Amino acid sequence: MKFVTEYRDQQAAEKLSQTIRKKVTRPWMIMEICGGQTHTIVKSGLEDLLPREVTLVHGPGCPVCVTPIELIDKAVAIAERSDVIFCSFGDMLRVPGSSQSLFDAKAAGGDVRVVYSPLDALKLAKANPARQVVFFAVGFETTAPANAMAAWQADHDNVENFSLLISHVLVPPAMEAILSSENCRVQGFLAAGHVCTIMGYEEYFPLAERYKVPIVVTGFEPLDILEGILMTVTQLEDGRHEVENQYSRAVRREGNRPAQERIAEVFEVTQRQWSGLGEIPASGLRLRERFQKLDADLRFPSSEEPARESPECISGLILQGIKKPHECAAFGTKCTPENPLGAPMVSSEGACAAYYHYGRRQKQESDHARLPVAQSF
Amino acid sequence: MCLAVPGRITEIIDAGDIAFRRGKVDFGGIGKEVNLAFTPEAAVGSYVLVHVGFAISVIDEAEAQRVFQYLEQLGVLQEELT
Amino acid sequence: MADGKNKKVITLDCPLPRVSEDRVLLAHGGGGRLTHQLIEKIFLPAFANPLLEQRHDGAVLPINGSCLAFTTDSFVVRPLIFPGGNIGDLAVNGTVNDLAMCGAHPLYLSAGFILEEGLAMETLQTVVASMQKAASRANVQLVTGDTKVVDKGKGDGIFVNTSGIGLIESNVKGTIGPASVQVGDAVIVSGDLGRHGVAILSVREGLEFESPILSDTASIWPAVEALLNAEIDVHCLRDLTRGGLATTLNEIASDRGVCIRLEETLIPVEETVQGACEILGLDPLYIANEGRFAAFVPSAQTEAALQVLRKVAVSEGAVAVGKVEESPRGLVVMQSRIGGNRVVDMLSGEQLPRIC
Repeated sequence: MKFVTEYRDQQAAEKLSQTIRKKVTRPWMIMEICGGQTHTIVKSGLEDLLPREVTLVHGPGCPVCVTPIELIDKAVAIAERSDVIFCSFGDMLRVPGSSQSLFDAKAAGGDVRVVYSPLDALKLAKANPARQVVFFAVGFETTAPANAMAAWQADHDNVENFSLLISHVLVPPAMEAILSSENCRVQGFLAAGHVCTIMGYEEYFPLAERYKVPIVVTGFEPLDILEGILMTVTQLEDGRHEVENQYSRAVRREGNRPAQERIAEVFEVTQRQWSGLGEIPASGLRLRERFQKLDADLRFPSSEEPARESPECISGLILQGIKKPHECAAFGTKCTPENPLGAPMVSSEGACAAYYHYGRRQKQESDHARLPVAQSF
Repeated sequence: MCLAVPGRITEIIDAGDIAFRRGKVDFGGIGKEVNLAFTPEAAVGSYVLVHVGFAISVIDEAEAQRVFQYLEQLGVLQEELT
Repeated sequence: MADGKNKKVITLDCPLPRVSEDRVLLAHGGGGRLTHQLIEKIFLPAFANPLLEQRHDGAVLPINGSCLAFTTDSFVVRPLIFPGGNIGDLAVNGTVNDLAMCGAHPLYLSAGFILEEGLAMETLQTVVASMQKAASRANVQLVTGDTKVVDKGKGDGIFVNTSGIGLIESNVKGTIGPASVQVGDAVIVSGDLGRHGVAILSVREGLEFESPILSDTASIWPAVEALLNAEIDVHCLRDLTRGGLATTLNEIASDRGVCIRLEETLIPVEETVQGACEILGLDPLYIANEGRFAAFVPSAQTEAALQVLRKVAVSEGAVAVGKVEESPRGLVVMQSRIGGNRVVDMLSGEQLPRIC
């Protein structure tokens, strides 16, 4: 496949790997933000191509992981209604709520369907006028334009039986929350490439300046990630902290204007609760007043019940890069993909699940061989 | 939320409002209908990145070559050093 | 408990562990870990006997000096009709193949139908016609059967169960099964992966192909027969249905306590199948195949086995994809295209299309 296969070339990967090895003179900790990048790194065993000095940590790049438990409970409650067809992306189905996941709701008789696109859910609504169709609109900025368009089209075509349950989060506020935390040991960032195709990367300049970290907008294929790491490490070794764009074939500095306009037309920024990070101001999206009639949260009101927490899941520490999954006492024993204690184990992008499926024992061996990162720099 | 796959536009269907502009995109032999509202500059033959049924960016083919040109330079440098 | 409101403090918001399953989930039918748990926790303890505990595709029964193989399989596919075949083809080939995986010559099948009220007679005729053709191609006879009808809404159109009997002929040395797998064995795959699963998904997801991806449903007995006739020392055979190659190899690695090491560059996946997987975010290693199998042979016989297989139509794409090693025990590991290493784990449940 063009623009895919060539970015998986072994010789090119080897060359980049050697260049990184030659560049590095001391330990560095780099965080990648996007679940898709975690997936590639672990699936291709990319860390085997990195020198011991470079430690990669996985940030809160999976919206599944950071969706608050109350929202899952809300989704499950709606899905259980007999008049509802509940549509969702695949990943959300296994995330546990306080007592059930959407998969469980399906087993109990709920009409829960996996869709590839929010427009598929809208099509279902038009084809089933007697039922309510609810779409679980989860995502980062990458998915926001698509969800905004589904809402806009529903409004334009007067589709009254369609609604969206919104759980949209924004990446830069999460990065800032991590950077401003006292325990932050991250020295460089690989910024999420597809988020930046939409939003551009203007927002990262103040972050790089304020916290003195290099930020490199990075793609998703093995060569992209290796090049992104090389660019980050080069800056770190030079003592620079700039914003660079590795993923220039897809990302422009100003981002995608029509997409941004559609997002702004349908959504507005709000504070949001992040599972594992707490509440972050101006870090989420909600429907504007004009589109609130499409808000499933309002259409299907429910009583607020406080969510219960498990002390064993350290997803907060994992999402901030402070601990690695196999450093959690419950990893692989009490907490497995079949019986997840927390969201990072559920999503196929979650750091814990990625480690469990692809890494496990090998990762433990190679991580003990990695050099510890200095606390200050 | 990042899975976006590159494909080539083989057909465009304009349907009034830009919001409904669609196209057929070919992904290495597979065709899928994709919403093109966010890539108004895309034409038949353009490569676009597709995420959840929407084109989110037109691929800059010159930039796509950049990493390979860089690697070629690296190769040249390595030969010069050895 | 940590306070979720203060943004500076690291909070540990975490959902409770899932309530243990008191209901059957779709994932229990996925062929992965949950299916295994169902078998281990419910079926095996109830029916405990040494033949069942072999956990192979079919049971090998010594009866009066002969060795019979006996197997059963149920088919619940949706859509009923898909590019390359229909539920009828699967029903015949699936059971024929399970017998073949025991090294048995498939002879006789039974077929039990559960039909949903309201099913179009034409659909039933299409399915039955396909079964007749598949049986004829596989040289088996359908000798007994049963039909039931359930109320509308209580079945997916058609559910079929087929059971089969085969004869293990005298040229089969030893038992063909996981217990015979040796460290050093080569792992061969009979052809390219992922066609059946993608053919099914293409209907569900509305994918169009320039040249359509057809299910690979077929009888694999001719390939097995060729290996046995050529006196290849076949240690184990396993078809690659639900859960795909990854699940099959994990079962064997775990049953036998060995490591199976694969090379990603050797895994055969056709380009359009790969493309469909890219779009939907699926891994071809986990996608069902209905006309493919894995064979474990001594490494010295790898070339010979491949030559034999490639002369048979259903296995003309046979390739060696890896080998059996001593450790890490019970794991399947793979060297990726770019040279890194990963563990190829068992699926937890159904593989879901992802967007992340």
